[in-house]
Parts: sequence; structure tokens; C-alpha cells
Amino acid sequence: MYRITAREDLAPVTKLFVVEAPEVARKCKSGQFVIVRVSEHGERVPLTIADYDRQRGELTIVFQVVGKTTAELSTLGVGDSLASLTGPLGLPTEIEKYGTVVMVGGGVGIAPIFPIARDLKEAGNYVIGIIGARTRELLFWEDRMRTVTDELIVCTDDGSYARKALVTEPLKELCQSGRTIHRVWGIGPAIMMKFVSLTTKPFGIQTIVSLNSIMVDGTGMCGACRVVVGGRTRFCCVHGPEFDGHEVDWDLLMARQRIYLDKEKLALERYQQLCEAHRETVH
Amino acid sequence: MPKEIAPRNEMPRQDPRVRRRNFNEVALGYDLETALAEAERCLQCKKPQCIAGCPVQVRIPEFILALREKDMWRAVEVLKDKNSLPAICGRVCPQETQCEIQCVLGKKHEPVAIGRLERFVADWEREQGMRTPPLAPPTGKHVAVIGAGPAGLTAAGDLAKMGHKVTIFEALHAPGGVLIYGIPEFRLPKDVVRAEVEYVQSLGVEIRLNTVVGKLYTIDEMLKDGFDAVFLGTGAGLPMFMNIPGENYNGVYSANEFLTRTNLMKAYLFPEYDTPINVGRKVAVVGAGNVAMDSARCALRLGADEVHIVYRRSRAEMPARAEEVANAEEEGIIFDFLTNPVEIHGTDKGWVCGMRCIRMELGEPDASGRRRPVPVPGSEFDMEVDTVIMALGTQPNPLVFSNTPWLERTKHGTVVANEENGRTKMERVWAGGDIVTGAATVISAMGAGKRAAADIDAYLKDPNGPWWVGPE
Ligand SMILES: Cc1cc2nc3c(=O)[nH]c(=O)nc-3n(C[C@H](O)[C@H](O)[C@H](O)COP(=O)(O)OP(=O)(O)OC[C@H]3O[C@@H](n4cnc5c(N)ncnc54)[C@H](O)[C@@H]3O)c2cc1C
Ligand SMILES: Cc1cc2nc3c(=O)[nH]c(=O)nc-3n(C[C@H](O)[C@H](O)[C@H](O)COP(=O)(O)OP(=O)(O)OC[C@H]3O[C@@H](n4cnc5c(N)ncnc54)[C@H](O)[C@@H]3O)c2cc1C
Ligand code: SF4
Ligand code: FES
Repeated sequence: MYRITAREDLAPVTKLFVVEAPEVARKCKSGQFVIVRVSEHGERVPLTIADYDRQRGELTIVFQVVGKTTAELSTLGVGDSLASLTGPLGLPTEIEKYGTVVMVGGGVGIAPIFPIARDLKEAGNYVIGIIGARTRELLFWEDRMRTVTDELIVCTDDGSYARKALVTEPLKELCQSGRTIHRVWGIGPAIMMKFVSLTTKPFGIQTIVSLNSIMVDGTGMCGACRVVVGGRTRFCCVHGPEFDGHEVDWDLLMARQRIYLDKEKLALERYQQLCEAHRETVH
Repeated sequence: MPKEIAPRNEMPRQDPRVRRRNFNEVALGYDLETALAEAERCLQCKKPQCIAGCPVQVRIPEFILALREKDMWRAVEVLKDKNSLPAICGRVCPQETQCEIQCVLGKKHEPVAIGRLERFVADWEREQGMRTPPLAPPTGKHVAVIGAGPAGLTAAGDLAKMGHKVTIFEALHAPGGVLIYGIPEFRLPKDVVRAEVEYVQSLGVEIRLNTVVGKLYTIDEMLKDGFDAVFLGTGAGLPMFMNIPGENYNGVYSANEFLTRTNLMKAYLFPEYDTPINVGRKVAVVGAGNVAMDSARCALRLGADEVHIVYRRSRAEMPARAEEVANAEEEGIIFDFLTNPVEIHGTDKGWVCGMRCIRMELGEPDASGRRRPVPVPGSEFDMEVDTVIMALGTQPNPLVFSNTPWLERTKHGTVVANEENGRTKMERVWAGGDIVTGAATVISAMGAGKRAAADIDAYLKDPNGPWWVGPE
């Protein structure tokens, strides 16, 4: 169960796995996520479903190495299995024919924006994509995004590839251009989603973001993932992960993402030391 | 001459000064000699009162007699005939309000320690290696059980014994429900839960973990895809908050999150286990049920200097088991009665730094028959705390029936089900446990699982007749 059938290193810190999970693959929709555990002692971490193949019964997940669990995950390869995978969780994206939509993917957020863009294109929307990363080597799936967009704008923060800009710059230009934009999706780090929302707000364009709160069960049982949207407390895992970006209390989200910062650091350092020690005994 | 009644035998426990910093089991259990002495106290009444107090009607005098005669397997058999999870019930049932309150001896003396004897017999069996009882021949029917808590495990075990094929679907990565994610190791060792789950599996029950019903399958799909009946035992896992200002600061936990991190994810063994938890120096737990006691005692064991139970009523109204309140007190938990939080203060970085409370007094009795707490005007005061745990009770999680609108529910979110047989308003769907009653007890959830299993069996043998009898 949950065997890894393919692995791709999209960037030094960004990995792609294709995982066997036939029932989840049969049922999932774009915008949903799974919760995985790497080992029996492991944490439960949420990862968005970046793609799925119902016929082969496989899911694609793309993740960035940020802490202990994702570091450990990145050591797995084809033939290895995850300790557990639960899903599909969260509400699917509302796919409709809106007209013209802009899909903004930042960093590892390019992966989850892809299946949504594909569905929106299939539903008959005119899809404009904006993807960006800090630097060239962190950028991935430009080719894939091209296949599901009518226009694609690529940028890097440092200008090492394509246009030198933050993703919010071309977004703002589009908003100002006088073209009618019916909806915007923004997925990436919280800070990027906040600025995407701030960019579209003056233009009154409905903007959907996918919030990455800290989670435990992912089924509405623990309340760890609570976020405030429109003044109401919502559970990201069951009421989301997508919300109206103009209504999100971003400062609260970002404060809550830092709850375990010191412990996460400790866990990662300890893990790296263990790996180091292991390497030395092997040599 | 009536025979001399010996005093009730105490059960040895870990010293409170030691146990307040470890997660090992607090109560250590009787040895054979003490168990036999306690069993001697039972009067073997002609008309035993104790049985009526037990929600699943364990034949209490009969198992005690077998124990007294050292016929241990018979004691096990009598016990397990009604209660498939005795090692768990012996530890966590509120005996003082169930069987023991009814015990004839309790009128003049202390009642027989029925719970401790139950635990002794069950632990003895586990040491021997559990025996699998004979199963009825296969019926060819397949039942889906949703949720691997006490209600689901009990229903599954009984249905398997009746010859039905049973599959349990569980959302988490470990079976047991609250027994595994909520109740801490020091009160209910997880090995005990695992052994009882393995027993249910040994009856042929398949458990599919990591499967969220309502997401991966709907109840309708299960009924269409080959299940003859569905039992819903998903519990009441939705946490409640007070909706006071400051409740989302870092350091405010729901008891569910706090206990799940600690028990299921083993945060007390961090960083050996990966899941972290934050416990500051001064912790306030709001509420006074079992959930609050468990949260407070976990916080202490995780290293807090000072842990307060903040409760808006008085000692007499506390819903927690008496034994656990006493244990908590011995360990040094501080009780602030007639006190209610009104606001949580935070630092400019978003971390809890205090809690504003108001004093309460008891007014007229309310709908629950308990005197209603009313705030004393102008009595606000600030408590210095850095962690707040909300243990205010829980509601059924709507996820499982989010796409099953024809399953009727009450305004409290619980599923409408016939109490006698567990039938819901949806044909071939039964429900029981906390999802029907709201947060209750392990044994009442098991009782509901048993009654539903009996009715499912009867229905599968003869599905004719009206589905719903009773109020519309
Ligand atoms: C619905 C949802 C979908 C997600 N999808 C993806 C995805 O497709 N790809 C991907 O790379 N990441 C995704 N994330 C984020 C991912 O879950 C975290 O990066 C992961 O949990 C970090 O675990 P760790 O043990 O490696 O790091 P930790 O040691 O736990 O944390 C390292 C750092 O990551 C941050 N962090 C911790 N937990 C989370 C979290 N749950 N969400 C966001 N940041 C966190 C913290 O700020 C911390 O500083 C998603 C999160 C959610 C809630
Ligand atoms: C901290 C705490 C301490 C307690 N202490 C005591 C005590 O001392 N004595 C006592 O008698 N009672 C106690 N209780 C109450 C007792 O534990 C519950 O009444 C009992 O567990 C209810 O059993 P259940 O089977 O109905 O539900 P649960 O035990 O809640 O089990 C439900 C199961 O269903 C699963 N589930 C939920 N939704 C889905 C879904 N959609 N798909 C698949 N699976 C799903 C859950 O993950 C869970 O495993 C305590 C409760 C708590 C929280
Ligand atoms: S009521 Fe008490 S004394 Fe009588 S049979 Fe039951 S346990 Fe024994
Ligand atoms: S992760 Fe537990 S409620 Fe959302």
C-alpha cells in the first residue's frame, strides 16, 4: 500500500512522488489534499494532490523540504512505501465556467495550481497562468502549465530566468489592463497569497487562496487548523483549504504557522545529526 | 449473625509525587490474593442490584463467584459474554455511578470494588493469551462499521460472532477511537487497547485504517457496493470553543488537539516521535469532565509548573469520574471553581499571556437540573497563564454524513436513532455511541453497539417488516 512508483527531483529542495493509492485516485478532485506519514513515529503532514491518474490508481504529490518530515520523505525512492496516506481531504475547488481566470502559483504552489488550471480550462475558461519562484532552479512545470493555460507568464524574484518580478507584478498589470478578469486563484507561501489578495482587492476581483495551516487529523476533530475568515473561525481541513483571500486574517495564519518553530528546528537538527552519524558508521 | 464485612481493598497506585511526571499507568491493579479477598466481600445476593446498574448487564455476582472459586476461564467467559472490552471498562467506567452505586453492600459499608475485579480478570486473560470463542457459520452477509471506537468495535465483534463478515472503516491511522487518541496512557495503557482490538480482529473482523467515510466513500455508496448493513459509530469528535476574544492565540488548544498530539502522536516522547506540543509554565484547563482531567494531568506530566482546572460550577457538579478527580488532586492540580473565562490576552507576537475570568455563583436549577452558574458583576480578575486548553465538550462531527442529507439529525447534530435497536431514519443504517447520545461513556457506547448488532442480525435474517417504528 502507498508504494512510490516514480520520483522526480524538480529542484534541489522540491521533489515529486507518484504514489499508489487507487481508491483515493478514483475519488479525489482538484483542490483536495492527503495526509501522509513517513514512518510509525512520524508526524501527519498535509500535501496537496498535484495530479491523479484514475486508471493507474496513482496520485502525484510535490513537496518542498522544509523540516524533519519532508526531509525524511525526500530520502524515499521508487519501491518504498509511505506508512500511511489518508484522503481525499478538504473540499474540492468549485469548477465552473467563470470566463477569464488567472492562476497564480508561487514556488511549490505551482504544483497544486496545475490540476485546478486544467479543470478550469476543460470547463471552458480562458486561463491565464502566472508562475514564479525565487530563482531559476526552483521553478518547475513550466511546460505542464503551458498545456493548460491560454497565456503563461513566468517570473523569478532574482531575474535568473524569464521576467525578473514577483508574481504580484504581472498580476497587477493584468488587473489594470482593462481586461475583464472573473476570478483569481493564488497558491503558494502565505505571504505570497496575502499579497495576491491585496493586489486584486482594489479591483474587486474574487480571489481564492488555498491555506496551509498546521493540521493534525485533517477531519475536523482537533481544531489545530483553525483560521479566521470573514471574522469567523473556520477549520481549514473541512471548510477549506480554499477560502476567499480578501476575507482571510493573514497575520493570524502566519502567527499560527510559527507555533512549533523552535521544536521543528530541534527535530530537524537531531534528524540531520542522526543521518550524519549513520553515514559515518557506513563508511 | 450477619457476617463481618471486611473493608474494601485498596488498589496500589504509583506515588503521586513520582507519577505526576511520568506517563506510566497510575493504578497498578490487584494481585491474586487481594482480588480473592475483595471477591470474598460479595454477598452473592439472591436478588443482585449491581447488574441493573451495568449498562450491558454483566452478570456480576456470577463472574465474582467464578473468580472466588479460582475458575478463571469461567470468570472470563461470564464477563465477556456481555462485555467485549473488560480490561478497558475495568479501568475507565464510572463504576461509582453505575454498578457500584447499586451494590447492596454500599448501603451500610463500601460497595464491592466491581471495576477493580473486572480489570483483574481481564488482565489475567490477557497474560494467558486471549482465546477466540466459537463463531457461528458464515451467513454470507457483509456489514460495514464506520469508526473503530468502543461502539464500532463492540458491534463488529458481536456481528462477527454471529457469522457475518465485518469491515471496520477508521479515519485515523490507529483503531480505538477516544481510547487511543483521547484517554492518556497513564489511565489506559495503549497495549491494553491494542490487545482488545486484536481480539476483535481475531474474530475475523477486517479493519481498514486511514479511510474517511464521507470523503472516500459515502454511506450510499457502501450500501450500493455490496454492504448489507451499515453501523455508524463515529463518535462526537468536533471540539467546541467558547467564542471569546483571544481564542486563536498561539497556546490555546482544544482538548482534542492537546490530547491527540500527546496520546495518539506521542508528543510526550518528542523528539523521538515527530509530533511536537507546547506546554508552558502555567496552564489553565477550562471544563471539569474526564476530558479536562486528562488534559490537566497530561499538561503536568509534560512539564508544566502549575495547572489549574477552571470550572464555572462548583465541586459537586463536576462530571468527571470521582477516582480521577481524586488522582488529579493528589498530583497537585489546582481547582478554581465558580470561575469562567471571558477573554484571553496575548502578546504582540500572538502568544497567550493571560486569561481574564469572572467569578460565578449558583442560581436556580436549569434544564439539566443543575443549578445554573451566573456571573457576579464586577468580579473580573486576571490569571497569568501561557497555555489554555478548552475542554468544553464535543459534538458529532458532520463530515461522515455531509453528503447523506436523508439521515435525520437533531438540532444538536446527533443522529436520530431508536434507542432500543439503533435504527436510524435511513434504511439499513444503524447508529450508536456518542454520535447518537453526544459525549457519554465507553460502556454506553458499547451497549448501543451490542443492541444494534443484535438488531442487524435479526434484520439480516428477516428483512421484512417496517423499518422505522416509533415517533416520526
Ligand atoms: C492543505 C495543505 C496542503 C499542503 N500542500 C503542500 C504541498 O503540496 N507541498 C508542500 O511542499 N507543502 C504543502 N503543505 C505544507 C506542508 O504540509 C508542510 O510543509 C509540512 O507539513 C512541513 O513538515 P516538516 O515536518 O517537514 O516541517 P516542520 O518541521 O513541521 O516545519 C518546518 C516549517 O514549515 C512550516 N510548516 C509546518 N507545518 C506546516 C504546514 N502544515 N503548512 C505549512 N507550513 C508548515 C513551519 O512554518 C515550519 O517553520 C500543505 C499544507 C496544507 C495545510
Ligand atoms: C479525553 C476523554 C476522556 C474520557 N474518559 C472517559 C472515562 O473515563 N470513562 C468513560 O466511560 N468515558 C470516557 N470518555 C468518553 C468515551 O471515551 C466516549 O463516550 C466513547 O469513546 C464513545 O465511543 P464511540 O465509539 O461512540 O466513539 P469514539 O470513541 O469517538 O470513536 C469514533 C471513531 O470513529 C472514527 N471516525 C469519525 N469519523 C469518521 C469517518 N468519517 N470515517 C471513519 N471513521 C471515523 C474516529 O476516528 C474514532 O476512531 C472520555 C472521552 C474523552 C474524549
Ligand atoms: S449487589 Fe454487591 S454484594 Fe450483591 S451481588 Fe452485586 S456486587 Fe455482590
Ligand atoms: S486538522 Fe484537526 S480539525 Fe483540521
